[in-house]
Amino acid sequence: MIYLEHYLFLAAVIFTIGVLGIFLNKKNVIIILMSIELILLSVNINLISFSVFLNDISGQIFAMLTLTVAAAEAAIGLAILVVFYRNLGSIEVNKINKLKG
Amino acid sequence: MYLYSFTFYIFSLVAVLSALMVISAKNPVHSVLFLILSFVNASGLFILLGAEFLAMILVVVYVGAVAVLFLFVVMMLDINFVKLREGFLQYLPFGALLGIVLIIELGILFLTKSFSENSLTNFVQLPQINDVENTKLIGKVLYTDYFYLFQISGLILLVAMVGSITLTLRDRGNVKRQNISSQNFIDANNAIEKKKVKLGEGI
Repeated sequence: MIYLEHYLFLAAVIFTIGVLGIFLNKKNVIIILMSIELILLSVNINLISFSVFLNDISGQIFAMLTLTVAAAEAAIGLAILVVFYRNLGSIEVNKINKLKG
Repeated sequence: MYLYSFTFYIFSLVAVLSALMVISAKNPVHSVLFLILSFVNASGLFILLGAEFLAMILVVVYVGAVAVLFLFVVMMLDINFVKLREGFLQYLPFGALLGIVLIIELGILFLTKSFSENSLTNFVQLPQINDVENTKLIGKVLYTDYFYLFQISGLILLVAMVGSITLTLRDRGNVKRQNISSQNFIDANNAIEKKKVKLGEGI
């Protein structure tokens, strides 16, 4: 039988893979953005499985809002990436230090 | 019910494996394609849960828009991806440790059922197949209770669109462009000049 825990554990595994992806690919911004997408996907799995198992539709509405924000984030992130590549000719994360943060 | 479990395990196994391939593939184009596979499997899981509308939205938005955007950017930029992978193995032991700690912490929820009698997971039931369609239910709530959130998400998308266009738009100085208004304001008196040209000489 598949219960809520199974879905939650699947979401936890995907979340961990996303965090690991950010950690391992420290130089490649594109992979980091994809890892963020994976993390948001795991959040969506959590929201939807809670929504279904608690028999409350609002979780799916919030999943939809997460999806919207994820799409906006990907668009802005890739635009920044393109501008950065145009200016510096590389997408290494450790070269992003113009703001002297 | 066995079929349900079997489908769940197949979909989640492929989703997890392709998520692993996303972060470990050598070629970023392959990573994007594995990301698409992972999203498709997640949408299969959503269908399994009975959230068909979200599953379709996931395929349309993520696979149709976001992943293709990633693919465009990866193929457009001319990057030496081999150089970018330096340090992958260097961070692997510490990263694996971090991942194991995180997965154990998150996996503790498997035990919560035995931990406490009042945990949330005790109150949930199996997914119920309603006679009302999922899309209809979402529509009933989305345009009434969550109407402002819906409008705000539209605004967020608008801001993202304007932002990404202004970021990537560049004005190259040496390009000749049409100036429509100055073309319209030309009249014959200043556009044409009559000159007497002597024979054998230029102007």
